[in-house]
Formats: sequence, C-alpha cells, structure tokens
Amino acid sequence: MRNIGTICQKELRSYFVSPIAYLLLAMFAVIFAFFFWNVLGYFVYLGMESQMRGEMFPMNLNEEVIRPLVSNVSVISLFFIPIITMRLFAEEKRNGTIELLVTSPVHDFEVIFGKWLASLILYASFLFLTALNFIWLFKYGNPDWKPMAVAYLGLLFQAGALLAIGTFISTLTRNQIIAGAATFGICLLLWVLEWVAGYESATWAQVLAYLSVLTHFDSFSKGLLSSKDVVYYVSAIVLGLFLTARSMESLRWRS
Amino acid sequence: MIAVRNLTKKYAHNVAVDRISFEVAKGQIVGFLGPNGAGKTTTMRVLTCFLPPTSGSASVAGFDVLEQPIEVKRRIGYLPETPPLYLEMRTSEYLTFVGKIKGLRGAELAKRVNYVLERCAVADVKDRVLGKLSKGYRQRVGLAQAIIHNPDVLILDEPTAGLDPKQINETRDLIKSLAGDHTIILSTHILPEVEQTCQQVIIINKGKLVATDSVNNLQNRARGAGSVLVEIASRNGPLDPAAAKNRLELVLGVTRVLPRTSRANFLTFEIEGKNDLAIRGDLVRAIVAAGWDLNELRTASVSLEEIFLQLTNPPTDNSESKQNSATDRAAAGV
Repeated sequence: MRNIGTICQKELRSYFVSPIAYLLLAMFAVIFAFFFWNVLGYFVYLGMESQMRGEMFPMNLNEEVIRPLVSNVSVISLFFIPIITMRLFAEEKRNGTIELLVTSPVHDFEVIFGKWLASLILYASFLFLTALNFIWLFKYGNPDWKPMAVAYLGLLFQAGALLAIGTFISTLTRNQIIAGAATFGICLLLWVLEWVAGYESATWAQVLAYLSVLTHFDSFSKGLLSSKDVVYYVSAIVLGLFLTARSMESLRWRS
Repeated sequence: MIAVRNLTKKYAHNVAVDRISFEVAKGQIVGFLGPNGAGKTTTMRVLTCFLPPTSGSASVAGFDVLEQPIEVKRRIGYLPETPPLYLEMRTSEYLTFVGKIKGLRGAELAKRVNYVLERCAVADVKDRVLGKLSKGYRQRVGLAQAIIHNPDVLILDEPTAGLDPKQINETRDLIKSLAGDHTIILSTHILPEVEQTCQQVIIINKGKLVATDSVNNLQNRARGAGSVLVEIASRNGPLDPAAAKNRLELVLGVTRVLPRTSRANFLTFEIEGKNDLAIRGDLVRAIVAAGWDLNELRTASVSLEEIFLQLTNPPTDNSESKQNSATDRAAAGV
C-alpha cells in the first residue's frame, strides 16, 4: 500500500517538474475564465432585460451560472484528459523504466493505482483553479454550495473514468502521441454517443446513450447525487484499471 | 543461489532460449556470453521475473520466479541494457525513489542512498538532473540503483556497453569489488571482459547452452593443441617462405607448419608439434643454424575469443574465424 503513495508521488513530481502541468493548468484556467466571464455576462444581461420588462421572478445563480459552467468543464475535460494520461505508461515503455517497475517488489495494481491517482490529483488541481472563480459568486450573490459540491464530485467521477481508460490506452503503445490521440478519440466518442438519444428511442440507442459519459454527468450538474450514475462511473473506473492490469500482464507475455 | 532448469522461452515466431540449464553458486561472478541475439537478455529477463518462462523453471535464492515473484524481486538487483533512469529526476532523488519501491524506508533508506552514491562514485553528481549526465555516469547510477537494496543477486545486462575504455575499466573494477557480497551474473559479448572479471562462464548461442565452465578450464581446454608461433627474419634479403617452411618441417617432433603472415623480411609460422615443450629448443637451434633471426617464439594464443568462436561457429571455415577474432579484438580495444 505504501508503494501506491511512492508511485503517485513520483508521477505528480514528474508532472510538476516538467512544464506539462503548468501549461495545462494555465490553459484550463484561461479557458474556464473565459466561459465564466461569458456566462456571467449573459446572466447580467438577462437580469437587466427582465428588470426592464418588469418581471419579478427570481433568477437562480445555481441554475443559470453554475450549472452551465460545470457542464462546460465536463466537456473541456475531454480535451485535457488525453494529455494527462498519454505519458503514464507510454513514456516508461519508451525509456525502459517499465523494466525497473516490473522487476521491483511492487504489485502491478500498486503501480497502476498510483499512476491513476496521480493523474486524478492533477485533474483535481485544475478543478481547484475553476473553483476559485466561484468565490466571486459567493461574494456578490448567494448561491447554494451543496449542488455545487455535488457537481464537482461528478466532475471527479467523470474524470476518474476517462483517466482510467486513458491509463489503459497508454499501456498499449510506447508512443505518447498515439496514446494521446487514441484516448482523445475515445473521449470524443463517449461524448457524442448520447446524441443518438435525441432522435431515436430504440433499445440500442438507449444503450449507446447510457454508455456516454456525459449523460451521467447531467444529474450531477443539477446537484443530484444518483446512485445509478455513481455506479456507472465507478464501474468505468474499475473496468479501465482492470484492463490496464491485464494489459500490463500481457506486456510480459508478448514482449 | 541461482538455479535454471530446462528453461525455454518462445516468442511468436522464434525460440529465444532453448532448454537451458545452469547453476550459479553464492558469491560468484558469472559471465553470460554469446553473440548478439543469442538469448542472453531473455534469460536475464526471466530471472528478474520480467518475462515468464514458456517452460522449465528458474529460481533465485530458492524462490521460483513464477511462484513467488515478489520474493525473487526483493533479492535481485537488475541493470538492464539501457539503465532505467527517469531523466527528469535528480540522481539522489532517483535513488531514493528506487530505494522506496525496493522496500527501504526512513533512516535505512537515507543510509543506503548515501552508501551507493559513494560506492558507485556518483556522489559528485547527486544533485544533477539524470538527463544531463554522461553515459558513464548514467551507467554508474544504473549500477547504484541495482545495489541499493543490497540484493543477494545482481543481474547486469551488458554493463560496459557504449562506455569509453577508461569508464569500462572503472565499471569492471566496481563490479569486481561488488563480488564479495553479491552473486553476479553479467552478460556481454566482449570476451576480454569475461577473462578479466568473471570466474565462471556460461556460453550460449542461438538460444542453446554451448558451454559452462570456469574461465581457467576453458582456457586450458583450448591450449591442448600445443602449437607455437614463431616469427623469423632474415638479415640479408627476403626470405623464401617455401624454403623456410621446408626447413622448419625438418625439425624433430614438428608435425605441421602453417604459414601465417609474411611481410618483406618477416615470416610467421604456426607450428604444431608432438610435444609443445620439446620442440622449442630444436626449433630455435634450427632457425639460428639457418642464419635467420628469431624475433618471437610464443605459445599460440589461447584467448577466450578463439574458444568462443570454436564453440559458436562450425569449425569448417577456420580462416574466416581467425579473421573475425582479429577484428573482434580490435573492436574490444585489446
């Protein structure tokens, strides 16, 4: 168990010692800040308009600002996650350091879990930056923090699932670019799968929509913690890490 | 300490290692010798639990590589062909990380890191980034990483490949100095390295075990032929090789005279006799009586290289293998 910490620490260090982490953090922060400014501007515009029309029903910060914003984050994440995971195993395979890990007295699952955890922590640090923006909402408004917390939990679940899949793909190649591109493809696919549900209601369409990561984020973004969606994300995480373990094992039988 | 029985490793299209068996006793340095692609790395990877064997068994310190891999890994230090370095880490940080995943903690870890930094002469670069180190330093950091948890067995895959002659000597000395505490297997295709560092040799070729013996025994084995090399020179004008050959063949006890090289005034012959020692005196007298100078008289070379080539090559094309050995020797810087 201590080995998980050791591996995780090592991965985090190598993210933060290279420019990758800072570059991603900066990009994520800028993109999110743009969305934040945009959504807030629209919110203010709507508020002025409804005031001019003399409408009195209250506007809700959670519904009008936070919800679209976290939904945006969940989509932006699809673009960032491949960059986080692509190096996890591909780099070790290329540099030959995988031989060190595999011939050390650590279990495969410790290596895998440690790496996945490090990628999740890096992603969490992105989320932390986005959360900083919301401080302004609390300063000048009165949003409810509980649905927001659930939404962030959902973001972590969603990222955990995609990161697990990315970790798996990274074990399949020694080329980081291939790992990143393939993960990106799968992330996009898992996003657009839900679109079939828009015009088709047959069982197969429902199955496809169910497989889509973003459908399951919907209830989280509303602040609803539904066990159905938690189960989906947890099973995706377990599946991804399980496939990683199998792939790491087969690496030895094949290589 | 290490026992390998009928080890076979098959890949999809070829057999990398074919029913190899050998044993290594505690505290020995064993040279694992073979041409490129002979199966050295594969065998080592099986011993380090990196690859599972297709059939047969391998055990380290009594633990089977398939049954108890974690116990085996605890007792093994492994330096792959390219040192497994995280190039963005600093030396001491890297060694600390490796120490941790090998199971060291706290004061013990700090002590071992300092010890291997000194032992492998990398203390002066302990705060440098690994990616910026020279090849020799990287190799030594690789060795430091292999011995950090004080393993019973050290497995070194071509530890001197790609180093310059000075670094090669330093690395060999370092390996030799480690022998007391560790059982060492090192693979190489450089033969003098084995002669210099190892007590025991395991020669494999095309996945098959060709010979396993002590270095001394192998050398003696080849010395059996008992032939002598002579180089003669003439003071007045060129020598006639045929005449010289005929003259030497007349010496008592000489069974065969093989011309080796001839250059202007020098001729070299390899002379086989019934008894190595007895023909030397008569040879010298005959050469002097003929009015030639005797430049050199020595036992025909018995380097491991020739034994190795004899064992790994079919003996039919003798001349070619002689040539190969000469180029090999040049390549090894001897």
